[in-house]
Amino acid sequence: MIPLKRRKAYDAIFVWLSGLVLFFSLLTLFSLMMSLLIQGVPRLNVAFFVSFPSRFAEQAGILSAWVGTLTVMSVTAVVAVPVGILAGLYLEEYASKNFLTSIIEINISNLAGVPSIVYGLMALGIFVYQMHLGQSILTAGLTLGLLVLPIIIVTTREALRTIPTTMREAAYALGATRWQVMRDHTIPYSMGGILTGVIIALSRAIGETAPLITIGALTFIAFLPSSIMDPFTVLPIQMFNWVSRPQEEFHQNAAAAGIVLIGLTLTMNALAIYMRYQFRKRIKW
Amino acid sequence: MKKRMGFVSVVVVLFYLSSIFAASERRVVKIDGSSTVFPITEAVAEEFQKEQKGKVQVTVGISGTGGGFKKFCRGETDIQDASRPILKSEMEICKAQGISYIELPIAYDAITIIVSHQNTWVKNITVASLKTLWEPGAQGKITQWNHVLPEWPNKPIKLFGAGSDSGTFDYFTEAVTGKSKSSRGDYTASEDDNTLVLGVSSNPQALGYIPFSYYEANKKKLKALSVGGVFPSEQTIEQGTYTPFSRPIFIYVSAEALKKQEVKSFSEFYLHNAYKLAKQVKYVPLPQKLYTLALENLKKEKRGTVFGGKAEIGLKVEELLKREIPNL
Repeated sequence: MIPLKRRKAYDAIFVWLSGLVLFFSLLTLFSLMMSLLIQGVPRLNVAFFVSFPSRFAEQAGILSAWVGTLTVMSVTAVVAVPVGILAGLYLEEYASKNFLTSIIEINISNLAGVPSIVYGLMALGIFVYQMHLGQSILTAGLTLGLLVLPIIIVTTREALRTIPTTMREAAYALGATRWQVMRDHTIPYSMGGILTGVIIALSRAIGETAPLITIGALTFIAFLPSSIMDPFTVLPIQMFNWVSRPQEEFHQNAAAAGIVLIGLTLTMNALAIYMRYQFRKRIKW
Repeated sequence: MKKRMGFVSVVVVLFYLSSIFAASERRVVKIDGSSTVFPITEAVAEEFQKEQKGKVQVTVGISGTGGGFKKFCRGETDIQDASRPILKSEMEICKAQGISYIELPIAYDAITIIVSHQNTWVKNITVASLKTLWEPGAQGKITQWNHVLPEWPNKPIKLFGAGSDSGTFDYFTEAVTGKSKSSRGDYTASEDDNTLVLGVSSNPQALGYIPFSYYEANKKKLKALSVGGVFPSEQTIEQGTYTPFSRPIFIYVSAEALKKQEVKSFSEFYLHNAYKLAKQVKYVPLPQKLYTLALENLKKEKRGTVFGGKAEIGLKVEELLKREIPNL
């Protein structure tokens, strides 16, 4: 039996230790953010958003990069969101529990953990060479769509699982069909959770670089896409190019692009939290 | 009111989508390849698009010289940026696919041997010393400065160099040990030259090699060593006296793509403006008259490579441009 005094001391040491770890991880994050802000903020002006890349660091901007990111993300959303939500609904609500569905389930959870470069290689083989979609916005959107599909499916199912069975049973007891229960109860109640999953999936896709480089995203583009079959660049790639340049001024551009990227991700995550809150508030049972 | 707004926004979105799906025929010059050549090609592309007022669009990627040649030999790109001459294996793939090309040197690149400013004992290094230091046999043995030359201090040496995917690595190893990719492995390797700059500048016992443009941008932090008595500078690189570490860098224009007017005018524009633009992006341009020679080769469509699939150390660009293409 360890004496009480010693046990209390262990307790205190543990608290102190975890506090220290927390402090250092926050400090790292904070200093990273600060150095990014100090470097990048002076470059953030309107011209930076409406200019194309240039050999003169002070004239260079991220127009083609953010338009590229936005169009790729729209394609990703159009592809992944409906498929992901419907697949999640089917697996959770309709599919019977058997050998096949458990195989599918295991595979989906495994897919969520596959490194993104693997998706890039697969997309290069299938979309670029087999289907001849080229190194286009469409290819990139489809690739990122596949990448985030498992995340959307898994979060959709999680959201559906939070609806108590008693709600469904009550509706069935009143004579509602399966579809009516889904439409009027299950889906509306779980909408907050589903949307959160969707946004978190998209904010993961927004920072992806590896699969896009694999399928052949470009670095210098000084025009805007007029179709989804056009070549493209995205923010992380533009940023990477600037970081690897020798001149200090380009590093500042990279920092500024980084701030924009972090801003986008944070905004999306904040939106997810806000939406979850709004939907939770609306549900009264 | 709310409903109406919804309707309007749906119409706007549909309009945008329909415009995006109606693919228009555009004239594009596709370029890919080395990240070393990228800044010059980017500058030319920028100016060319300004001159063409949006009629022609140019895209530039960075797949590396090797990755770029793969695409080039499949006919996916019109022009290839290369920090070294085309290799034998790549020549064969191109030939099998029926892709022939015109080889055009467009500027110089040089490798700079760097130490920290706090390093007081070394100003000059010979290729022989570099060989002692960097050859594969040095691994684990040559670990102190005085192991290389007895007059250097009895201090540990910390080495920084290019990663094995980089064209700089290929050229440095070829020039120092006589065999491409033959190097000791126990050094800090990075594909990102800024990492090497940071590493060497903060350590008085460090030595490393980086492309000249990275030295130029970081002169305050780094000290360059002269090699065999010649200090790397624009003059010595251009005159070809900074050997063996100065080398030409190239673009390869696909002969098939050259039939397209936009590729032809872009290539000509490249050679007309490379002198001015290379300087602006802090590269060492070729002497003016060599661009004229290169332009003649382009107009004659002098197809093939003069190297026969192997980098030649210390070859003069003028000789390169005038040399006959060996029959392979």
